[in-house]
Amino acid sequence: MRHTLAVLVLSRLASSLVTLFLVSLVIFAITALLPGDTAQQILGQFATPEQVAALRVQLGLDHPALIRYWHWLSGFVTGDLGQSASNGVPVAQLLAARLPNSLILAAVTTAISVPLALVMGMVAAMRRGGTTDRVLNLVTLSMVALPEFLVATLAVLLFAVKLGWLPALSYVANVESFTDFLKIYTMPVLTLCFVLVAQMARMTRAALIDQLDSAYVEMARLKGVPPMRRVLRHALPNAVGPIANAVALSLSYLIGGVIIVETIFNYPGIAGLMVDAVSNRDLALVQACAMLFCGAYLLLVMLADLCAILSNPRLRNR
Amino acid sequence: MKCDDNCETQLISPQQSQLVYRAMQNGLSRREALKLLGIGGLAAAGLGSLPGIPGAYAGETGDGTPRKGGSIRVAAHSSSTMDTLDPALGDTAIDYVRAFTFYNGLTQFDEKLTPQPCLAESFETTDNGGRWVFTLRQGVTFHSGKSLTPQDVVFSLMRHKDPDTGSKVMSMAEQIDSVRAIDDRRVEINLVSPNIELPSILAVSHMMIVAEGTSDFASGNGTGPFVCQQFTPGVRSVALRNDNYWREGGGPWLDRIEMVGISDESARINALLSGDVQLINSVSGRNAGRIEQSQGSAIKSVNSGNYTDLVMRVDQQPTSAPEFREAMKYLFDRDQILRVALRGYGEVANDQPVAPGTPYYFDGLAQREYDPDRAASLLKKAGLDGARVPLVVSPAASYSEEMGQFLQQSASRAGLQLALNRVPADGYWSNHWMKHPLGFGNINPRPTANILLSQFFLSSAPWNESGWHNEKFDQLLIASRSEPDAATRRQMYADMQTLIHDEGGIGIPVFLSDIDGYDTRLGGMQRTVPLGGLMAYMFPEFVWWKG
Repeated sequence: MRHTLAVLVLSRLASSLVTLFLVSLVIFAITALLPGDTAQQILGQFATPEQVAALRVQLGLDHPALIRYWHWLSGFVTGDLGQSASNGVPVAQLLAARLPNSLILAAVTTAISVPLALVMGMVAAMRRGGTTDRVLNLVTLSMVALPEFLVATLAVLLFAVKLGWLPALSYVANVESFTDFLKIYTMPVLTLCFVLVAQMARMTRAALIDQLDSAYVEMARLKGVPPMRRVLRHALPNAVGPIANAVALSLSYLIGGVIIVETIFNYPGIAGLMVDAVSNRDLALVQACAMLFCGAYLLLVMLADLCAILSNPRLRNR
Repeated sequence: MKCDDNCETQLISPQQSQLVYRAMQNGLSRREALKLLGIGGLAAAGLGSLPGIPGAYAGETGDGTPRKGGSIRVAAHSSSTMDTLDPALGDTAIDYVRAFTFYNGLTQFDEKLTPQPCLAESFETTDNGGRWVFTLRQGVTFHSGKSLTPQDVVFSLMRHKDPDTGSKVMSMAEQIDSVRAIDDRRVEINLVSPNIELPSILAVSHMMIVAEGTSDFASGNGTGPFVCQQFTPGVRSVALRNDNYWREGGGPWLDRIEMVGISDESARINALLSGDVQLINSVSGRNAGRIEQSQGSAIKSVNSGNYTDLVMRVDQQPTSAPEFREAMKYLFDRDQILRVALRGYGEVANDQPVAPGTPYYFDGLAQREYDPDRAASLLKKAGLDGARVPLVVSPAASYSEEMGQFLQQSASRAGLQLALNRVPADGYWSNHWMKHPLGFGNINPRPTANILLSQFFLSSAPWNESGWHNEKFDQLLIASRSEPDAATRRQMYADMQTLIHDEGGIGIPVFLSDIDGYDTRLGGMQRTVPLGGLMAYMFPEFVWWKG
């Protein structure tokens, strides 16, 4: 079993590498297709053609696209992420400044949203068709339907502007005590939980109900197994696969896709870095961010699949 | 000739004005203080600014006496990893503010846009603008402790001419032929061709003086009112008061200024209203009311000379017909654009690029009114009635979408079909601006009328938006740079504005105001420099916290 698992992990890693390579090609091509280049973006509206030409040479943009891609790729493979074209700072340094912020936000949000979603999903599945289920259904559906910018803006208007309880902006640099931490993270985490909890809870409910309808649970019920034990001991292990996948998708979103929350709360995370990079046509930074997001996504999905396999004796012992 | 136009009003020296200021600090009123010098009559002659100490009268504005202390946060509308502390590369408001926070220029604008001595104690030209001598102030030190020397000035100015610097003002610096130290206090600047307005050019944020040989600007080592404690591009900067600042009897007052960028306008306003930041820029007219209605915050609107203009290429069809261009100018319902699109935060313009309130504004031109009938007859004359013409608009040129819609409506009344072509802001300036027969541009305020006209209307200018060629205009512009007589120069500027108004290829319907929002506990915000928001980016030295 160990052997098959190792083979699986290795083959997944290999295919991930191929995927990353293809993604980097696509990103490079798309960035090249965008109107304007780094030199024009740096010099802005009032640049003369001579200035642009001089800067292009300085940045190496006068080389053909394939050569520039090769330069980037050969650096990337050896662990050199290159320099940001727009300000000359090493890309690794820019990432190092922002990545911890994104990871903390993701970790806090995960720690709150995953247990909450699982409990909500399980309760809804056990009380299927009842009032609790209907209320939870309504709540989660409305949460999915509400766009996060609306939730975030309303939260700011209420808690920061009207009540003055929480700061409207998130200054990660000012965390000195647990109270600071709570003040800064409450609203961003709340907003993100709004989006994520709903999706995960609905997935959990659907996956559990699928299992609860099956014959073996029916059998357990006829044998007199109490409801709680039926769900936790019998149904849940079989539903881990789809649930783990839903959680993985949500988490990969947390690492690279929280641009709206970062913008509204002025949180210095990595999604904002990538948006800056794209609008500045800062190729090395765009590529580094894309590789990071893509790598995180592939890793999380692989972990989810592993969870599914390990929790399923039929797959585990194959 | 000495100090440009200022000779006309500069009747007391910087030393004297410092004396007056110190006397006032000791409890004398301004009138009494002036009597001290026996020049009380001057007060009636509009003594708006004493040379040498801009903002010296801040204490009279109803904000009480300035005092030291306090810490504020400022949020600008744009901040990215491109943020820089290299003055030459400054690109957005937050860069300009940081330049004035950590550095000084040789000169500095006062509230009338007259360049006053700053790091240069005095300056003069010996031959009507061709050769200049700047005498440096003594005892000025950089934050690193190094003394200011003429070599720093030579380095700071000459680096703009090097293409590798990537300076934003390279084209402006091309008029500088050489900069050299005469002795240990004086610097000589020789220009390629005379320019009487050199002191104004040296007052812009890009021309700040840096220490000789600096290659890494991340520490913000200047002579300015604040010392850089922390700077993270795209995140924030922290500035602490420079207690060794060379200027006596004025700011800086605040202990600490933290600057961040908040790109989302409503997030920026919410941060102000919730008290997380105390000063923001780039508020739109639509949202200014929210700040005005709130407790404890206020707006400050400055007519800065910023304009969004209709660009009509004279070298393309159908905009090459002079009648067509004139007709388009009559199709602007300027009052409506001001009222509806700008919510009143602006000023009606008259197709002349020099803004009211700046030196050289010519007020003798009759206002061009909204007149679709006249436009219709002009279009008929050009054989273009009933034509269908595309008009390019974009969010990149502020309010151009709204202006385009109003134009479209009024054009249909004059028998012209305008097809609005909306293009994205991303890449607009390199791919669309000045490339279509009919489109929009947006021109940020320039420090002097001469720079504005040289950059955007001279036949040979790279940003001559409409491709307009007028020999008479070109001659006037070149001649005005070395004209020593102020009245003659004024007349030349009037003639140039008339030419642009009558024949030029651009239509300027309105000037846009810059709107800042601030916490009313911030003192000194009454000071206005008509070049842009945030006190033309120079607020750090002039504001204080009332607590």
